[in-house]
Amino acid sequence: MPLIRPFGINEFWIIVLAAQWTIALSAIAFAGGGIGGLLIALLRVSDAKWPRLIATGFIRVFQGTPLLMQLFLVFFGMNILGFAINPWLAATVALTLHASAFLGEIWRGCIEAVPPGQREAATALGLRYYNRMRYIVLPQALKIAVAPTVGFLVQLIKGTSLAAIIGFTELTRQGQIINNATFSPFMVFGTVAAVYFVLCWPLSVLARRMELRFSRATAR
Amino acid sequence: MYNFNFEPVFAGFDQLLLGAWLTIQLSVAAMIIGLIVSIACAAGKTSGIAPLRWIIDAYIEIIRNTPFLVQIFFIFFGLPSLGIFLTPNSAALVALVVNFGAYGTEIIRAGIESIQKGQIEAGTALGLSKLQVFRYIIMKPALRTVYPSLTSQFIYLMLTSSVVSAISADDLAAAGNNLQSQTFASFEVYIVITIMYLVMSVGFSTIFSAIEKAAFKYPLSR
Repeated sequence: MPLIRPFGINEFWIIVLAAQWTIALSAIAFAGGGIGGLLIALLRVSDAKWPRLIATGFIRVFQGTPLLMQLFLVFFGMNILGFAINPWLAATVALTLHASAFLGEIWRGCIEAVPPGQREAATALGLRYYNRMRYIVLPQALKIAVAPTVGFLVQLIKGTSLAAIIGFTELTRQGQIINNATFSPFMVFGTVAAVYFVLCWPLSVLARRMELRFSRATAR
Repeated sequence: MYNFNFEPVFAGFDQLLLGAWLTIQLSVAAMIIGLIVSIACAAGKTSGIAPLRWIIDAYIEIIRNTPFLVQIFFIFFGLPSLGIFLTPNSAALVALVVNFGAYGTEIIRAGIESIQKGQIEAGTALGLSKLQVFRYIIMKPALRTVYPSLTSQFIYLMLTSSVVSAISADDLAAAGNNLQSQTFASFEVYIVITIMYLVMSVGFSTIFSAIEKAAFKYPLSR
């Protein structure tokens, strides 16, 4: 068997199929980040000082440091806490925390964009915090939030590529592995880039359309 | 219980400081060149020449919908097969410029489109040349409008630049990787580096808002 094999249709499919791990990682981080982000956003708009400060600090730290460092810290930090080194778990935890911070900040803006009169009216009608948020504020914030959230999803999918550096075999890492076997980096990384493009571009277009429709709907 | 050992990290702190300086140099260089690319592309995109607009649109969409790590792998490992050989550091700079250019173009285009047509017509009526109109009537107020987005994009660029350590270019993250493999104090090294990145991003946003206050003192409207 020759040491270097050519880049053929099999190699192409191995790369394309590795996209399932990128999609799985993105989906889990997005779901986890959705829960975490809602919590952060609610803390961030809280009337009490401490929850607001904690949420602000969390957002600042995650938005002011590289995602790569966040991945490294979780990767090595889990080892310190006594877990075995596991790139899959580390990538999931790090990306979930990262997504929580970014979605929290995006959704804070959306909650604050709901006119304050709505909240005041709900309070005047005797609704407590839970019902006010559940039935008055969040449904209105949701409408504003859809477009930027889809936009962040694109950023998250691209972010999962960094999991390759801590050794999790997703799309980019699979590309590196195939490249080491075929040594045709132009084709390999071109294919990898094309797969990411196919995943991200429709979402980008969707986000842009929704933003446009929303700005038309709210234009006076 | 794990015993934290920060001693080797601070013994090698000068390496980390040098790395931070390299990161600053790399990101500032990438921003300046990337800004020129952005202005050129934004001018091309708003010029009304259709094929030029298509090419620039394709460039923006491809860059914005693929990860930076794949872009830098493509530039560093893929381009040599076209006969273009780059050292890790220059590949890092090229990748950052290409990446920043795509985001910067969209930001500056938004700024250019915020200029009212009447302003440009008034400039032309006053006898300014095309270049003068672009320089004084379009770019100056456009840059002011998009200044906040540009500066946050720059901070994002600086954070993204940590990825260049993946092709063994010199920067703060690479300095950290080296120190980590010398000392085996992985967590301690990365926590210190993460704090250094945080300090740099807070520092840059402070500097940028100081520049904003100094440079944009003139009133926007009566």
